[in-house]
Amino acid sequence: MAINLDDPKKFRPLRDQVHQVAMNMLRPISRKYDRAEHAYPKELDMLAAMADGLNESGTSEGAGAAGVRRTDDGNTGNKNGSNMASVMTVAEMCWGDTGLLLSMPRQGLGNSAIASVANDEQLKRFEGTWASMAITEPSFGSDSAQVSTTAVLDGDAYVLNGEKIFVTSGERSDSIVVWATLDKSAGRAAIKSFLVPKSTPGVKVERLEHKLGIRASDTAVITFTDARVPAENLLGNPEINTKEGFAGAMATFDNTRPLVASMAVGCARASLDLTRDLLAKAGVVVDYDRPAHLQHAAAAKLLQMESDWEGAYLLMLQAAWMADNRKPNSLEASMSKAKAGRVGSDITLSCVELCSTVGYEENELLEKWSRDSKILDIFEGTQQIQQLIVARRVLGLSSAELK
Amino acid sequence: MSLINNLKGGGRHGIPSAESRDPMGYLIAGLSRFAQSDLLDRIGLRKQTEQAVFTTTSNGFKVVAAAGRQFKKTGSKGKQGKRAPGASSDGVFDLTPTEDEQMLVDVVSEYADEALRPAAAEANEACAAPQEVLAASLEIGIPILGVPDELGGIAESRSAIAGTLVAEALAHGDMGLAVAVLSPGAVATAIGLWGTDEQQQTYLPAFTEPTDAGVPAAALALAEPAVLFDVLTPATTGVRTGDEIVLNGTKALVARGADAELFIVGASLEGKPVLFLVESSTPGLTIEGDPAMGVRAAGLTTLRLEDVRVPADAILGDTDGSTYTECVRLSRLAWCALAIGTAQAVLDYVTPYVKERQAFGEPIAHRQSVAFMVADMAIELQAMRLITYKAASRVARGKDATREIALARKICADKGMRIGNDGVQLLGGHGFVKEHPVERWYRDLRAVGVMEGTVLV
Repeated sequence: MAINLDDPKKFRPLRDQVHQVAMNMLRPISRKYDRAEHAYPKELDMLAAMADGLNESGTSEGAGAAGVRRTDDGNTGNKNGSNMASVMTVAEMCWGDTGLLLSMPRQGLGNSAIASVANDEQLKRFEGTWASMAITEPSFGSDSAQVSTTAVLDGDAYVLNGEKIFVTSGERSDSIVVWATLDKSAGRAAIKSFLVPKSTPGVKVERLEHKLGIRASDTAVITFTDARVPAENLLGNPEINTKEGFAGAMATFDNTRPLVASMAVGCARASLDLTRDLLAKAGVVVDYDRPAHLQHAAAAKLLQMESDWEGAYLLMLQAAWMADNRKPNSLEASMSKAKAGRVGSDITLSCVELCSTVGYEENELLEKWSRDSKILDIFEGTQQIQQLIVARRVLGLSSAELK
Repeated sequence: MSLINNLKGGGRHGIPSAESRDPMGYLIAGLSRFAQSDLLDRIGLRKQTEQAVFTTTSNGFKVVAAAGRQFKKTGSKGKQGKRAPGASSDGVFDLTPTEDEQMLVDVVSEYADEALRPAAAEANEACAAPQEVLAASLEIGIPILGVPDELGGIAESRSAIAGTLVAEALAHGDMGLAVAVLSPGAVATAIGLWGTDEQQQTYLPAFTEPTDAGVPAAALALAEPAVLFDVLTPATTGVRTGDEIVLNGTKALVARGADAELFIVGASLEGKPVLFLVESSTPGLTIEGDPAMGVRAAGLTTLRLEDVRVPADAILGDTDGSTYTECVRLSRLAWCALAIGTAQAVLDYVTPYVKERQAFGEPIAHRQSVAFMVADMAIELQAMRLITYKAASRVARGKDATREIALARKICADKGMRIGNDGVQLLGGHGFVKEHPVERWYRDLRAVGVMEGTVLV
């Protein structure tokens, strides 16, 4: 036992394999599906089948959207587990293409939500589903306590009514994790998540969004009209526990935020790697030993970006490592997403600037990455929401005190 | 020097060289010089001020380097010295220090809280560390932390992590005093890392077996007074003359230079940067006070070398530049650790302050513009810490850490300074006055990214 922040030895082969997948399967179709927004990337079916195979054989170390489940194997020693494997592989995939990663069958954010809050019976029953995540509504974004989609118990089923927007993979997934309230007057504590099969009558994909980036990934508006969901599809505890409040549903975020951080980290590294290469061809190489201000301004910028990137990467690993070791990580999860989100934007946008016209043209992917990265500082909690969470934790203030 | 030349506008007092004076300007400048003249004092026109004392608080005073002890040559010339082995690793990601490291950090943190922090303000004014503070640092073994146990030190293996954690903990107390305390250890660690058997046997006993007077003050002098200073190409030169090497040049911001009995001086020899062990009793060394913006408790001085003759075996390590470069990197790593400690002190200080300070009927912490500054401090500080630890752990395991150290230095210089700046900002006018320590931390944090040498892990 000693401080060691290098990539875990046991995950390096997996990381390198996924890197090859990203390079050889995602990159060649990256521009194609950026242009063909809403077309289904059929190439991903084979990739998903491969991922399932790797998962069954144990080669993938439990990595993936469902890798965020906190398991207790009784081992009290230091653990490098599936949370770490997940962030490392997701980062590699997003080095390939963030939009395509988000379109990977059976790897939806809903799958992460199931893994985070489902009980063992549900976990087994929902195995193999491709679950998207539906929280946001037209009337709110960050203020997720404002959920107005209702769930009313009627016999052995909940009846859902409402409209959800910004549902990633909402069209392609076969189920949706929907946040709905059991009793609007009971506030946060009454908000529960439900696994809703897409085949449920009353569930309708209304339309798909046209977006700035991650265009390979479909983003849907979905309405629920008297949609009946089996009562046992409520994830977690059905009781309205005012003490627990929002905590149940929010626990998902502790696990998914490091994942989104890893997307930003992967996407930014794509920009950084290519820019370093292009600058080298233009005669600019970073010297790690010379002071930045004695080097070409582009080299100095590269050095600054790489240092920020490394910070984001390690904050991401830290948050995942804490999850693997069953340490509370809300603070670190938010820190990692805040840092990765803003660093992702700075790096991808600055790389376009450094590479000038070449960066801006569609001949290279730099401009695409700078469009893709923007969403990563928004979904699963914006930059400002992460700062709010970090500030409340550090200052020890309640949400009533620090609004 | 003619009067007119003396009265030229630019090039001094922070005035760019291109500035010139008009006739009125010359008149004013002349008056100003008269006002500064001690003639006024001699004829009793100005209230007598205290007799200026010989301290590092003012620049310009000159003294030959401390007479110091004679280090009696012993050990085998040319034979490689002992080296601490690299730390082992199981390849598992881990953020937990070893039990030994944690115990050490606990002890050092207590010392930083109880000895350094209370002494910091006065030491900053005096530009010197109090003797009792330095003496107490010996009791917890700080100077020999990086010296292998075979040589009488306490490092069982390469101790870069322990060194990093200790520097961080010390700087949480005070960066200036931390540098004063760590300065001899930097020299001892370097001798442990690169010294020949003879150099280790000659110099290390003074550190590992301190007399009543304590361990010798010693300084790792790499910085030079130059704009766009590049530590890798020192202007100080060494020229081989027979069996000796003649050193000439000026080193800047040398910690505890007035008391130092042993220097490691960086100089270029045959086109490569090389480290030299120079005893303070060597003729040709002079010391001048060189107080700076911050880190003042470290007693910063300018060290001048004029035809300083040292034997060829004063060279520490390799002459191809590799030892020197490694030394620069390890020193930067130590500065990163200091930045983390001081930045943590800022965060720990502003957190309760913004919760207590009221404005518009509620604590200012209840405002997002204030709270988000604190959040960003916490986020960036942790990023600084993680990169620094990663670099340190690679060094401890004997792996190349060039990239990680460069990244750590960059983020610690950028974000460390921002934390220092925001720390003062959050206290407003109160941050600007010396009643609170944040203005000192602001000055200290500017050192990171500027300073070279001095400390080492």
